[in-house]
Amino acid sequence: MDLFFEILVSALLVISGIFGFVGSFGLVKLPEPMTRLHAPTKATTLGVGSVLIASMVYFAWFAGEVSWHELMIALFLFLTAPVTGLMIAKANIHLQWRREELPPTGTGTAWSTQSDRPSIMDDGADSRLVSEGD
Amino acid sequence: MIEYAILFAFACYGVALLFSLYRVVIAPGVPDRILALDTMTINMIALLTLFGINQGSEMYFEAALLFAMVGFVSTVAYAKFILRGDIIE
Repeated sequence: MDLFFEILVSALLVISGIFGFVGSFGLVKLPEPMTRLHAPTKATTLGVGSVLIASMVYFAWFAGEVSWHELMIALFLFLTAPVTGLMIAKANIHLQWRREELPPTGTGTAWSTQSDRPSIMDDGADSRLVSEGD
Repeated sequence: MIEYAILFAFACYGVALLFSLYRVVIAPGVPDRILALDTMTINMIALLTLFGINQGSEMYFEAALLFAMVGFVSTVAYAKFILRGDIIE
């Protein structure tokens, strides 16, 4: 049984190393900013995820104590990685593209990053203030 | 066997850290630098977890958790600064 867990932890560590390497290599190698955004997300989810699983299995089997810190890190990373990707993609759109180059949204308004029209969140309070002469 | 796997993963993440450092220094645009900094924190989290396995100590996970939190906050703050020119509006 020891050998099985040794092989499992080693395989997880090797997979994690390969994915971490490929993520950063894609960050250097890929040609455009939006494609470069794609590569490190694999390092975040698969690379760090499998090294955390490897650490949990290692401490649960070889040290005899189950540790839950890794699960907390994995949960936090999986929650925050999409937010990070969205923010960097919005910064890319903001810096790179003009409005007419973007694909249509299909909703009648422009993309929220570039729109200066009132959004759903805006109830028109600012324009009322202007029209009432305050 | 685990020792060799840990050495392999250390080497991979070390080279990955160098790659993202190169991308921080030489980048065509500002979002690439932000993305490279985010990748550096991700690689550091993996390296700290590997240190924890290597030393058999659980003290490193608090540091990894701190890296995850501070890395996320700093990335969002940088992106927000590019988008709006201001972090807290």
